[in-house]
Amino acid sequence: MPEQIAVTVNGSLVVVAPGTSVAAAMMRAGASCRTSVRGEPRGPLCGMGICFECRAEIDGILHSRSCQILCVAGMNIKTDA
Amino acid sequence: MLVVGGGPAGIAAAVSAAQSGKRVAIADDNPALGGQIWRGETIHSDPSARAWISQLRESSVELFPGARIFDQPAPGVLNAETMDGSMVFEYGKLILATGARERFLPFPGWTLPNVMGAGALQALAKAGLPIQGKRVVVAGTGPLLLAVASYLNQRGAIVVAICEQASLATLGAFGLRLFEHPGKIAQAWGLHRELARVRLLTSAWPMAAVGNQILESVVMSVKGTQQRISCDYLACGFHLVPNTELAALVGCRLEGGFVQVDELQTTSVPNIFCAGEPAGIGGVDLALVEGQIAGLAASGHGAAAEKLRRQRAKLQSFARSLEKTFQLRPELKRLAAPETIVCRCEDVTLSQLQPHGSWRAAKLQSRCGMGPCQGRICGPATQFLLGWTPDSVRPPVLPVKLRNLTSESHQPKGELTSVM
Repeated sequence: MPEQIAVTVNGSLVVVAPGTSVAAAMMRAGASCRTSVRGEPRGPLCGMGICFECRAEIDGILHSRSCQILCVAGMNIKTDA
Repeated sequence: MLVVGGGPAGIAAAVSAAQSGKRVAIADDNPALGGQIWRGETIHSDPSARAWISQLRESSVELFPGARIFDQPAPGVLNAETMDGSMVFEYGKLILATGARERFLPFPGWTLPNVMGAGALQALAKAGLPIQGKRVVVAGTGPLLLAVASYLNQRGAIVVAICEQASLATLGAFGLRLFEHPGKIAQAWGLHRELARVRLLTSAWPMAAVGNQILESVVMSVKGTQQRISCDYLACGFHLVPNTELAALVGCRLEGGFVQVDELQTTSVPNIFCAGEPAGIGGVDLALVEGQIAGLAASGHGAAAEKLRRQRAKLQSFARSLEKTFQLRPELKRLAAPETIVCRCEDVTLSQLQPHGSWRAAKLQSRCGMGPCQGRICGPATQFLLGWTPDSVRPPVLPVKLRNLTSESHQPKGELTSVM
């Protein structure tokens, strides 16, 4: 069993396997990724870095494409939902 | 020699080109190579993927994952954004293997969380999204639906239904054509057995996704009648759209939405080659052959490349039959309601777009296509719904941090270097 990785999504601890994308960790935490221009919750659409629907704040960097970034121990993830 | 895109076409191109002893690098958007199809464990489970990846590892090809190219400030120079900064690539020959994305069509509720691309759900599942016991409806069109359903099924998801917009009659005709391509039969047979207990509905498409803040059910049109199906995920893609933005930026001529190439995969720009989906949607086998041709041709081994032409012609004929079978039916143009959002980045609805006569007018007046995806999702949708063609590509082809855009490292250097 490979070692698990702990990250924080909107302040809650989420434990994931190595190789888990931030988008998957956010979905596991039940968080939608962003709030749209007119206030709707949005989740990942394309899963491959094209649509930008999965963008979130990752370790202080705004608008990061969470589907193309892998979880690293201690990562701090914030969504605007 | 720089290869942009580390999927099958890019890997085949780089490996083939590196045999000449020339210096070859691959730059790719993603954190790991393999592209969309050789993602995650596929690299180990698919024999062809395994063979190519091991050839790549044994080669001298330099790898730059997580490098997203956004501009060509001068011929032969490309700027890229990385996770923690920026990079400059200088090339003598460029091979574009930028792949494809899924085509999304707007329908009421398609913006709800958990409605996503078919390939997207597969990618997320491979990247750690638990799907065991989740009810999934796979919908849209094309062979990808079966592959995705099969994968999700293997991983313990409950694939409630596969909804293919093409009719049973067209699929039947396609089935007969499979016999002209023996390799594909095994593939189709494997999937068929895997999916023996899954409901495959033809002439079926999503009319609405329903849920309070998150997907709860879908309303499907199945042979003209409506069915409501409860599910956790709707994995929905309407075949593929080539990623041609970078090709257009570096000046390659496009034809019918694809990068125009000759027999040696050369584009209209003499030192730029293109392989795989941007040159015509054809799947992994065609991408591998085109990649090899491009890699050999770019490294001066045109004669060796010529030998692969027959193989390519055969795979191209298969691709054409796919294209015909999975053509979108006109009924799908009426799926979006006036209040349905078409541009997800800027929340622009169909009724806000309809008064405008062109993509450009709609952009100027409604902000459609002006968000971070730069029209990559709504562009193909408006093309199908309204007949519009996006008419220009300008740098940066991706949203880039200001500090990377203005970075001094973008002053061209003497050779292929990583500047961090």
